[in-house]
Amino acid sequence: MTTPLDDLFVKTRAENRAALIAYIPAGFPSIEGCKKVIQAFVDGGVDAIEIGFPYSDPVMDGPTIQAAADQSLAQGTGAKEVFEALKVATDAGVAAVVMTYWNPIEKYGVEKFAQSISDNGGSGVITPDLTIEESASWKEAVEKIGINPIYVVAPSTTDSRLPQVTSRCSGFVYAASLMGVTGTRTSVSSGAPDLVARIRTTTKLPIAVGLGVSTREQAKGVAGYADGVIVGSAFIKAILDAPDEATGLTAVKELASQLALGVREGR
Amino acid sequence: MTTVDDLAGHFGPYGGRFVPEALIGALEELDAIRIKAQTDPTFLAELAELHRTYTGRPSIITEAKRFAEHAGGARILLKREDLNHTGSHKINNVLGQALLTKRMGKKRIIAETGAGQHGVASATAAALMGLECVVYMGEEDTKRQSLNVARMKLLGAEVVPVMSGSRTLKDAINEAMRDWVTNVETTHYLLGTVAGPHPFPSMVRDFHKIIGEESREQVLALTGRLPDAVLACVGGGSNAIGIFHRFISDPSVRLIGLEAAGDGVETGRHAASISGGSPGVLHGNRTYVLQDANGQTIESHSISAGLDYPGVGPEHAYLHDIGRAEYRGITDAQAMHAFALLSKTEGIIPAIETAHALAGAMQVGNELGKDAIILINLSGRGDKDVQTAAQYFGIPL
Repeated sequence: MTTPLDDLFVKTRAENRAALIAYIPAGFPSIEGCKKVIQAFVDGGVDAIEIGFPYSDPVMDGPTIQAAADQSLAQGTGAKEVFEALKVATDAGVAAVVMTYWNPIEKYGVEKFAQSISDNGGSGVITPDLTIEESASWKEAVEKIGINPIYVVAPSTTDSRLPQVTSRCSGFVYAASLMGVTGTRTSVSSGAPDLVARIRTTTKLPIAVGLGVSTREQAKGVAGYADGVIVGSAFIKAILDAPDEATGLTAVKELASQLALGVREGR
Repeated sequence: MTTVDDLAGHFGPYGGRFVPEALIGALEELDAIRIKAQTDPTFLAELAELHRTYTGRPSIITEAKRFAEHAGGARILLKREDLNHTGSHKINNVLGQALLTKRMGKKRIIAETGAGQHGVASATAAALMGLECVVYMGEEDTKRQSLNVARMKLLGAEVVPVMSGSRTLKDAINEAMRDWVTNVETTHYLLGTVAGPHPFPSMVRDFHKIIGEESREQVLALTGRLPDAVLACVGGGSNAIGIFHRFISDPSVRLIGLEAAGDGVETGRHAASISGGSPGVLHGNRTYVLQDANGQTIESHSISAGLDYPGVGPEHAYLHDIGRAEYRGITDAQAMHAFALLSKTEGIIPAIETAHALAGAMQVGNELGKDAIILINLSGRGDKDVQTAAQYFGIPL
């Protein structure tokens, strides 16, 4: 059985291009506003959406996503709102996953979390702080329910460890382009192509690159060697910088359509 | 029972490693180097020499006879970690990790601090060993502990006030982790307590277990027998595990950790993770955590900046579950009462953190009676707390 995410990469590979994956925390800029952002993503041509589960202690995130998570948590966002946002995305016809730190999964119930992902049409979950050593219960749950477990690998991941991590993934492998936290950068790390090449020697899975991608040019560059381009902070920044919601949504859609061009220009 | 962690740093279901993949390489390097150092005579001699000539070890035992009158007449023995250089037990761990940092060829250390004791100790070790030092400290704590901020700066460290979240120790750890993820090639994260991802809980314990090893000998020499109870305050739990560890295999010795109950565990405004929390994952390990129904960390509250943390070391979580150690809550008011009492009966001003253990000793002493021997880890001195205490007791400054 395949997930919508699996199907997406079959399609983009046939089209010889990279997929555009956009990130938004559930409940940001508000519970309802998030649903409009998801629609703006879809209208702008995004291929897949990551719904972030806002967390009180996001050690992998830079100031932009921290600010968004704080704003979302202040409005009471919890698991219910995360799954609602996930459903909005999947109802709109795009592949969607949840990105979450581990503790909210453990608190919700490991198998129950996987089941709720599936029940809401979601394809899988990205778990940035779940190491493969601690993933036994998660592996069992995702295999039973049939969703994609997506782990992050970093430039510091050794050659001997890489296959251990990528063999636990399905859907795609998340390649962190640099050593650092989320946030926009003026250029995408030169280490990213090397990391993607190293991952390719271990798996046939699609590889998506995240951390520091914010412009059409950067998306084009990454699309040259990766199967997916992940953009998060740049969208949040567009919303935070906008004077009102309508302007922010227009900016999100415009940025998405620019990035959608970028991922088609890379090869 | 001896060491309870496995090779992957688990204490029963607790501990382990929940971190971004980017940190795995550094954690494995650290684990390998600290295991090698444990049996390396050169390393051990170097550390022992620093203990003797820099820290001032072994720390002495003081019998608190006048204070004991308020603790059921039991014999109260204070392990004087407050007399260590820099004023607390924190230096034990810091010197060990600073030596490991040099072995790894890294030139920069980062640290988190709550009360400022670990920050001061880290800045001290960095000065001694010629390392660059950046200390992350919650903005709230920089206000509560402004004297320690000045000390760190005098020692040449950079102090970064952390403005995110609750602006306390938890957020300082988050910010230090972000720095580490970014600069891991050049930087060692000198974590100050027995929490965090493996190998920190085991490694930090091993650098502090000298407290229990020394005091077990000292109590035997002084009294001819083992103590009935060993008490220590518990925030992250480093001073407690340090004094507990040598006694874990002595079944007659009760191990009692005193958590910060703030306004009272029942009020929800506290920092008592074991007494008032539930199992979860925070800062890289599974342990008892103050959290809500969605797994979000709940902000802790304590008059003591050093105990104001919504988690606890995983070994304590395990010792609690298996019933080998007991954990009780001590309110701000109880701690401040003990703080004043030790000052006036013994001429020793304790850290407010430590005052929680002293308040616990007053309870336990009354329960056990005058034949009991109670060993307390006097983990830190109270100079840094003079401002807070003066405010609390209405002494004009």
